[in-house]
Amino acid sequence: MYEIVDKKQHSPEVFSMELKAPRIAKERKAGQFVIVQIGGDYNERIPLTIANADKEKGTITIVFQTVGEATHLLARLNVGDSIENVLGPLGSPTDIKYFGKVVCVGGGIGVAPLYPIAKAMKEAGNEVRVIIGARNKSLILEEDLMREIDPNLIVVTDDGSYGRKALVTEPLKELCKEGVDQVVAIGPGIMMKFCVEACRDTNTPCLVSLNTIMIDGTGMCGGCRVHIGNVTKFVCVDGPEFDGYQVDWDNMLKRQRTYRDIEEMRHHKCHIDLQIEEGRA
Amino acid sequence: MDKRVEILDKEAKEELERLPESLSAKERLSILPQKMAVQAPSERVKNMEEVELGYGENQAVLEAKRCLNCKNKPCVSGCPVGIDIPNFISKIANREFKEALEVIEESSLLPAICGRVCPQENQCQKFCTVGKSLKDLDKAVQIGRLERFAADTAGDSVSLPKVKESTGKKVAVVGSGPASISCSVDVRKEGHDVYIYEALHKMGGVLSYGIPEFRLPKRIVDKEIERLRKLGIHTETNVLVGRTLSLKGLLTEDGFDAVFVGSGAGLPKFMGIPGENLLSVFSANEYLTRSNLMKAFDVERARTPVFKSKKVAVFGGGNVAMDSARTALRLGAERVDIIYRRTMDEIPARKEEVRHAKEEGVNFLLLTQPVEIMGDERDFVRAVVVRDCKLGEPDQSGRRSPIEIEGSEHELEYDTVIVAIGNTSNPLIKKTTPSIETNKRGNFIVDENTNETTMEGVYAGGDIVLGAATVILAMGQGRKAAKAINERLNKK
Repeated sequence: MYEIVDKKQHSPEVFSMELKAPRIAKERKAGQFVIVQIGGDYNERIPLTIANADKEKGTITIVFQTVGEATHLLARLNVGDSIENVLGPLGSPTDIKYFGKVVCVGGGIGVAPLYPIAKAMKEAGNEVRVIIGARNKSLILEEDLMREIDPNLIVVTDDGSYGRKALVTEPLKELCKEGVDQVVAIGPGIMMKFCVEACRDTNTPCLVSLNTIMIDGTGMCGGCRVHIGNVTKFVCVDGPEFDGYQVDWDNMLKRQRTYRDIEEMRHHKCHIDLQIEEGRA
Repeated sequence: MDKRVEILDKEAKEELERLPESLSAKERLSILPQKMAVQAPSERVKNMEEVELGYGENQAVLEAKRCLNCKNKPCVSGCPVGIDIPNFISKIANREFKEALEVIEESSLLPAICGRVCPQENQCQKFCTVGKSLKDLDKAVQIGRLERFAADTAGDSVSLPKVKESTGKKVAVVGSGPASISCSVDVRKEGHDVYIYEALHKMGGVLSYGIPEFRLPKRIVDKEIERLRKLGIHTETNVLVGRTLSLKGLLTEDGFDAVFVGSGAGLPKFMGIPGENLLSVFSANEYLTRSNLMKAFDVERARTPVFKSKKVAVFGGGNVAMDSARTALRLGAERVDIIYRRTMDEIPARKEEVRHAKEEGVNFLLLTQPVEIMGDERDFVRAVVVRDCKLGEPDQSGRRSPIEIEGSEHELEYDTVIVAIGNTSNPLIKKTTPSIETNKRGNFIVDENTNETTMEGVYAGGDIVLGAATVILAMGQGRKAAKAINERLNKK
């Protein structure tokens, strides 16, 4: 059992939870993730990134957006409740070393797992620039923490409700022109795909962190497989980070939609059920 | 008792009453093998419940009377764990069911499971004198069914194995499948503390996520796990050794005196043909895990989706392929084809599973090799291009190898492909533990006699060593390692 010791709501859809998980807190490194299953025989296992960890307290922090049934149910848990199953840390840690100038780009919820990477990159002696973006102001995460790493933090929103009205790729391109040794991009698949495109002109290396369909997270199911430079790789054991130039983005983006029809139907039903329970319908 | 079992059992009872007290070999040979009651195919494809319903008491006794009690016990030589088969069968013939199970449990720890999933026709039953005398392997004494009967009937009355006084020594066991279960019990019996670490949220390994309910009900697996706990074995889920805890750390920091790795065959193999990453192409592991572990077959309650298929192609001819095909039918597929490149003579699945699959309407496209998977405009599977094969010379496995016939390509329509061609070993422990040596295929290299790996104090068994093997072979390896671990700890 993994007790929830803190919970924050960052926007209507985005939550963070601090969980008691001493072993994971001890072992986890930047770039790794966990699989969470809230309990019982019937609930889904979902991969979630580790946003932070405190070895002394023995806790990890997960950040998630309520997109499907599992994340909605997770969001209903509160401080003092426990999550039955948390497996991790999974995936290979980020290769943290001295590159020179590193640009960290985070989109939406991807900003959360980006933070420990940006922090570690800075600690490794890199000059770190950070770009964070979201659809609108309410979805901007970790602004203060990121500003500690990069005082000249660049914030963008799609609708211009906060910071610069732009996609993350615009300032990324500008920075790349000034000369960048390594880019790390984490966010929705489509954002990462275009970050790679933004890097291409200047031939800047771009590392991405993929979030695919996954069940066990240990290499067993192969649901997370992606084409990396024409070779099939598993995100859970070979990743989650890959050279963005090598990723077959179209295949990856399509594979994420395998269960979309079923999920949309279920999600709709789930929303209604939750509203009935909460007396809203 | 189930009505269907009752009918067969009544017939057996009547026949028993007609038989004389002592039987000659000729009379024994004249008794026909006892059929096992099953759910009718048309009915069972609509549910997940067990297909075979087990023997009634009289059926078991009558079947046991077919055994000739051969002096040289050829059947025992075919059993990977050497169960004293004629002995347990004669106990059943005498209606001493508890004693029969005790005989089995001297050598095997999971009779309720092995009785159901062992490929008996290639093991004990293959050597049975009765089958040989009648020149029909199918007429061998139904040893597996009798084993199952003994376990199901007397399972609750047999007491737990004795655990010796605590030695204060600790052994970590990685994974909770058959190899780990058998190793744990044998080590625990010597009085050592045993801690099993399982990565998934449920114990049992392949018994839980892999083998479907209709072949191995999960209540049986749960019972075995409960027995482990009653023996004082500690079990913990959500621990992935190699990530959550390191193998080295177990020995150096966590105070374990030895470790057994039974982590199973990790990564599903794919064929490497174009189109394999299309959206509705699944590894058998994924398809079965969704259905078995995540309970996706229970559409009302399960939250993990499983792809809704109409026409399914399953690549491969092993038990996992049969399980996948039969699961697909139960999940509502209209047509399911097994695509296998050799013939029925070479098919590696248990005979029983092939028969059940056929009865349920699974089609077998033999001497057929998939060469490409075609997608529709949304990248879901639309068709599979296959090539005809013919059989050539025997290969290393002794089976005649398939030769593809150039120019025979044709397209078959499907919306789903399940790839069930085996697994390669999971690289995780190897990756995080450099002192473990593996072979070309990534399997752990172990000492033949002790199952010790190249890292001192670390033993391994089951699929991580053998590649893809059976429950019983994994169990045998677990026991061999346990023996070596016990010797090591007793010396210390």
